[in-house]
Order: sequence, then C-alpha cells, then structure tokens
Amino acid sequence: MMNHSQPQGADYNYTVVRQFALTTVLWGIIGMTVGVLIAAQLIWPQLNFDTPWLTYSRLRPLHTNAVIFAFGTSALFATSYYIVQRTCQTRLFAPRIAAFTFWGWQAIILSAVLTLPLGITSGKEYAELEWPIDIAITIVWVAYAVVFFGTIIKRTTSHIYVANWFFGAFIITVAVLHIVNSMAVPVSLWKSYSLYAGAVDAMVQWWYGHNAVGFLLTAGFLGMMYYFVPKQAGRPVYSYRLSIVHFWALIALYIWAGPHHLHYTALPDWTQSLGMVMSLILFAPSWGGMINGIMTLSGAWHKLRTDPVLRFLVVSLSFYGMSTFEGPMMAIKTVNALSHYTDWTVGHVHSGALGWVAMVSIGSLYHLIPVLYGHGRMYSTNLVNVHFWLATIGTVLYIVSMWISGVMQGLMWRAVNSDGTLTYSFVESIEASYPFYFVRFLGGCFFVTGMLIMAFNVIKTVKAPKESLPALAEA
Amino acid sequence: MDYGTIQGIITIVVMLTFVGIFAWAYSARRKNQFDEAANLVFSDEELSKDSGEHK
Repeated sequence: MMNHSQPQGADYNYTVVRQFALTTVLWGIIGMTVGVLIAAQLIWPQLNFDTPWLTYSRLRPLHTNAVIFAFGTSALFATSYYIVQRTCQTRLFAPRIAAFTFWGWQAIILSAVLTLPLGITSGKEYAELEWPIDIAITIVWVAYAVVFFGTIIKRTTSHIYVANWFFGAFIITVAVLHIVNSMAVPVSLWKSYSLYAGAVDAMVQWWYGHNAVGFLLTAGFLGMMYYFVPKQAGRPVYSYRLSIVHFWALIALYIWAGPHHLHYTALPDWTQSLGMVMSLILFAPSWGGMINGIMTLSGAWHKLRTDPVLRFLVVSLSFYGMSTFEGPMMAIKTVNALSHYTDWTVGHVHSGALGWVAMVSIGSLYHLIPVLYGHGRMYSTNLVNVHFWLATIGTVLYIVSMWISGVMQGLMWRAVNSDGTLTYSFVESIEASYPFYFVRFLGGCFFVTGMLIMAFNVIKTVKAPKESLPALAEA
Repeated sequence: MDYGTIQGIITIVVMLTFVGIFAWAYSARRKNQFDEAANLVFSDEELSKDSGEHK
C-alpha cells in the first residue's frame, strides 16, 4: 500500500486495546448467553427456578446492559483507541488514564452484574443502573474523552480521519445523554427517583434511549466501519466526501427521532408527528453510509469469496441497511399502531444488534486480534467462516420468527367481532407465539455457539508463537 | 418576533448550513485533500509492522 508520511514514534499503545478486545469476546458470550436464557424462560417459565435473582424481569436488564455496555462498548473502546492512534499516527495520550478507563469500565460492568439481579434498578430502560454507578460511569467517560481527544490533539497528521469524527460524536453525545437522563434524587444508597415526571420523564428517557441507539450503537460502530472495511478490503473508502455529508447529516438528525418510541401515548401529538418525520428523513444518511461502506468493495467483490472477515463486515452493513429501512417504516404512526408492543420491535432491535452491531464488531476483532498479537491472520480462517455462517443463520432465524410473531400479535390484538368485542384474549396471542419463541431461542443458540468458537479461535491466536501465523497470499 | 417566525428562520439557517457542508465537501478544490485523507487508513502501514513485532 501507499506510504507517504513516516512519522516518528511508531510505538503504539496496544496494551489497553488488547485488554478491551479480549473482554469484548468474554462479555459478548456472557451477555448473549443471558439473552438465550431469558428467551428460554419465555417458553419454559420454570427456568427461573423460583429464584428472585433469576426472574425474567431482573435478567432482561442484565442482558441488555451486558450486550450494550459490556460487549458493545468494550468493542468501541478497543477499536477507537486503536483507530485513533493509527490514523493520527501517534501514541495514545495519557496511558495511565487509558488504563483507568479499562479497569473503571470493568468495575462498572461488575457492579451491574451484581446490582441488577438483586433488583436494584432505577427502572429506566437501558439506564437501569442506580445513581452511585451512574456517577462512576460519568467519571470513566470523562477519562475516556480525555484520552481520545488528547490523542487527536497530539496527532502528527494534518487531517482528522472520518472514523475519529464518528467516535468523537459518540463520546460527547453519550456523555450528554447519560448525564441528562440520569438526573435523579437519591433517597438511599441504592434507590433514587428521576428528576422528571410524567410525559417529560418519558420524553427524556426516549430522547436518551433512541440516541443511545443512534450514537452508541450507530455512530460509534460507523467509526469502526470506516476504518476496518477499507482496511480489510485493501482500498480507501468509496467516497470520502460522502462520508463527511454522512457524518453531519446523521448526527444532526438522530437527536430528533426519540418521540417515535411514544406514539399514541400521553406525549403531545405534534411531538409524535415530529419524531415520525425526523425518523423518516433519517433513512437518507443511514443508507448513504451503508452504500459508502458496501461500495468500498467495488472492484474487489471477489475478495468476499475467500475472506470471511470481509464477509462479516459486508453482511453487517447489509443488516444495517435493512434495519435502518425497517426503523423509519415502523416510526410511521399507522405502521406503529400495528407493531408497537409486539415482538416485531424485538425483532427490529436484534436485526440491528446482532446483524449490525455484533457482526461489525466481530469482523473488526478478527482483523484486529492478529495485528495486536503480531500475527498475519487468525489461528483458523475456517473457524472464522463457520462463525460467520452460525451468526448469519442465527440472526435470520431470530428476526424472521419475531417478524411473524409480531405481526400476528398486532393483528390478533386489534381484531374485533361484529359486536365490537375483542376476538382474542391477550393470553391467546401469547399461546400463538410459542413456536416463534422457540425459533428465536434456536437462533440465539446459533449465535452464542458462534461466539464460543470465536473465543477458542482467539485464545489459540493469542497463544500462538510469534510469526507462526503468516498472512495468506492475498490478504 | 413571534415563536413561529423564529422557528422558520432556524429551519432556513439549518437548511443553508447543510447545503454549505455539502458544497464544501464536494468542491473541486478539496478533492486532492480528501483523497489523501481517505488513504490515512493505509499510510502508517510500514510503521505498524515494526511495532507489531517488538511489542
């Protein structure tokens, strides 16, 4: 490849990147396994073993916190620390603070693992952790910002690469969202009440909730995409100019979409309509970004045949495109009247979470881990391929079953007899969902199996003697 | 000035900002600069080979 500038101080700080990369795999397995357990509980409720700590209501937030903040955010820490060093061609700023972000973040995850099953929760979705942990998150997050932006400030390149823009927006916005939504009045060490009330509380919560999706689960992972897709494909991004427009359009629009979580509620009608329209417009930058990623492969499509890592990345973009089409559609009020509160929403979330977030992270890690440990490739490329198919099939099983189940539930709930009474009772819709719950459980098992194979492959790669894993001829 | 007028002005300002960003990104003068930026992903490659080995 081309090498224009060769700056001094090539010595990157990979220690913290390695730590976060390895914990990503660990927390992925734990978070997804809890997900499979609660999926099984919906079919076989006995699986809570009549233990309060194992009830669905306590494990569900544990699952979401583990996959979003332990798995997903560890992946973001690892890749952002790696990308910012390599594209700024400088060593990470403040290595001690960087180490603090690693241990601090792990401590926060452990406190979530302890408090959530104990039933300690503020009851806000994706923001369940109680106020002492919220304060700890703020401190670690500020440290993260110091390390990240400090590295950008001391860069030796003149331009700030687009991936860093996405990571920067993600770090700043998550800080703002977290602080505003976590405003609460503590009444004891482990109990607090939100500062907001009624419809305002709901709106603040979903302003937070949807932007957690938009900035943590989208902008951050787009940063990953803008580095690893070009790198793995061996060619620069399709259009750098499009990436600039993509960035500004995406961050300007996402912030308005939250009200679509509150259609037909006590939220003022105009706010709902605004949220719907903004969600529809959001389709444009989302697809702009997806097309930019996929078109990076133009002229190199043949690489997909031989490179399962690239396949992970490209399929993740396909799922991203699919769920960012589905999302605006579900935000339309008349569609939402059918889909809201059904399994369709759950399917949509997992099309994004498994198909996009998890698969782009997995693809990036398969690129990253050999580099971090001085190898040319993973221990077994065949196992990467097996993982790819398990993840793809698992995701498809999950989302297709939830589509069918969700539409069916929506239709059953709205069905009325000629005399105006409801055709079905609620419990009948649950009974009808059982077969689909089982298919979802199966999909989850596929996905977790893939993660276990990944763990084996990663351990083998990490332990392999130096230079025993050379890159294949055409990498 | 009433609230509706302020909203209208903000909408126009935001729209013009977007058009401005678009024009800035796609202006012919910046083509080389952005082509170079797109290659930042590869420009440290030799360097990393060294660090990959002795780290």
